[in-house]
Amino acid sequence: MSQATTPPPPDETRTAAIIRPGHSLSSVTDKISKIVLQRHTPRGWFIGLGISFALVMLLLWSLTVLLVKGTGIWGLNIPVGWGFAIINFVWWIGIGHAGTLISAILLLVKQDWRTSINRFAEAMTLFAVACAGIFPLIHVGRPWLAYWLLPYPNTMDMWPQFRSPLLWDVFAVSTYASVSLLFWYVGLIPDLATLRDRAKSRPWKIAYGVLALGWRGAARHWDRYETAYLLLAGLATPLVVSVHTVVSLDFAVGQVPGWHATVFPPYFVAGAVFSGFAMVVTLAIPLRKVYGLEDFITMRHLENMAKVMLATGLIVAYGYAIEIFTAWYGGSEYEMFMVQNRMKGPYATFFWALILCNVAIPQLLWSRKIRNSLLALFLISIVVNVGMWLERFVIVVTSLSRDFLPSSWDTYEPTFWDWSTYIGTIGLFLALLFLFIRFLPMISIAEMRMLVPAEEEPEEEEK
Amino acid sequence: MGVPVDRPPVFGVLAEFSGKDELIDAIGHSKDHGYRHMEAYTPLPLHDVVQAIGHKNRLPLIVLCGGILGATVGFAMQYYLSVEAYPLNVGGRPFNSWPSFIIITFEMTILFAAFSAVLGMLALNGLPRPYHPVFHVDGFEQASRNRFFLLLLSRDPVFDLERATEILESREPLSMHEVPF
Repeated sequence: MSQATTPPPPDETRTAAIIRPGHSLSSVTDKISKIVLQRHTPRGWFIGLGISFALVMLLLWSLTVLLVKGTGIWGLNIPVGWGFAIINFVWWIGIGHAGTLISAILLLVKQDWRTSINRFAEAMTLFAVACAGIFPLIHVGRPWLAYWLLPYPNTMDMWPQFRSPLLWDVFAVSTYASVSLLFWYVGLIPDLATLRDRAKSRPWKIAYGVLALGWRGAARHWDRYETAYLLLAGLATPLVVSVHTVVSLDFAVGQVPGWHATVFPPYFVAGAVFSGFAMVVTLAIPLRKVYGLEDFITMRHLENMAKVMLATGLIVAYGYAIEIFTAWYGGSEYEMFMVQNRMKGPYATFFWALILCNVAIPQLLWSRKIRNSLLALFLISIVVNVGMWLERFVIVVTSLSRDFLPSSWDTYEPTFWDWSTYIGTIGLFLALLFLFIRFLPMISIAEMRMLVPAEEEPEEEEK
Repeated sequence: MGVPVDRPPVFGVLAEFSGKDELIDAIGHSKDHGYRHMEAYTPLPLHDVVQAIGHKNRLPLIVLCGGILGATVGFAMQYYLSVEAYPLNVGGRPFNSWPSFIIITFEMTILFAAFSAVLGMLALNGLPRPYHPVFHVDGFEQASRNRFFLLLLSRDPVFDLERATEILESREPLSMHEVPF
């Protein structure tokens, strides 16, 4: 349970435990699988799914209007040709990164507190990447031709331009989506077998049985399984860093003031982890409450996540400082103007709100009291999510709207359709999450079994 | 010891244990009696059980090959398309701008390696396999909860139904089952 280097907590009420004492193989199995297999569905689930499903309909409506009328329904103009589509793409991809970080990197560095949060963090990654993927596809203008991005032999005898970061992005994001899906599914296989063995009704037995692929917990299977899982973690770790690096290169390789900076890759990766952990906290706090998972997602988890948020938030703050410093130190008048324009220009409110959300407010997390207060953590995590969205807004819009030539300047204002598409993807994300927590175990049962002490195994009947 | 006939009467003999120590003990005991074809079923991965059973894992090699293949395919694709199939002069850069090709080469390496890890694991495990004789056994569903099972397979040359049952029973299992095909 606790590592050999750290002594066990002196009393049970301390928040240091990663699983509340007294649990056994059977109790973790029963408790987590019961959430999925119980007949009764909490009313809040229906309300939540209903609202998010309505937002999915809003998304479909917005996409339909977009397909009929074209990208002119958005607030895009020249020079601001990127707008919400790219802001939201970067924001969603960033949120996804915490899932991979928790499941892969924390696994490799043997942080076993990750176990109870990795499953739904991975699901969050998957759904966030799905939402992110929508935006570049619809932003290309004629989404039905989006397959032109891929290298395939065609009658036009044309091939993609491999020197462009935008094409790197196609490969990075599609690889990321595929590997995240594999990682998540491989993690699920033993749990699907557990659900197959516990399910009471035949249709569910068959459904989980098919998905479990005939898993039966054979020792040799486990051995290969663990190797595969560990190797996937090892592969996903550099992958996740590469994905947001490539996203940042979409900007940094361009010459627009405010984009052309070498600090972008590390600062984007840190920002991704920052917003991703904020989203995990936002989701974990209500989930553990509603489903009574306080035994498994303990205060120790939340406190650790708060610390990661604080650390990555500081890296992001460093990124902001370095941007300003290099603008001044580099002596480029366009860069210097960009900094002044961000602070005092038409979008100054957004910039200062971003500093408040991402730099000022997260400093509260230095206090142990704040880190242990559910309400404060929940609010700060939402503030960070807003802040990270504002950051992408500021990067995309302030730089594009006022570049080198004043005669080409223009302001950007999102329209109803910009907002409805964005809010629609939030609905899609939540709807997928609601379906996930109802039909699949949101905590990895097999991995939780590894955390319980082996010796005590009280005889108890399965409920 | 009975000489195996064309089709043995059962698939194997299955014993249920309450903990991993009992399971490892039973594995060792069966090995002492010359049994080699056996499989243990546990609710969680346990290294000592795998060690007791004895197993050589070839998966890392498969993943390495997948990764190397991915890197080769990734770079070769970009080289061929940018140099041979569709040479395009962008700002005077060389057709073979290999530094720009690194990222996609890297992504393809990861993609191929990840798929070989998952497909290799499934293939070596013989999955998907919807039907397996152990699923016949009542109570086997506890293998995904808190019970540990040892199966002696009838295809073992030394297998003898009565003898195998005796060997396992001497380790005082919670229950014993003959597993039909």
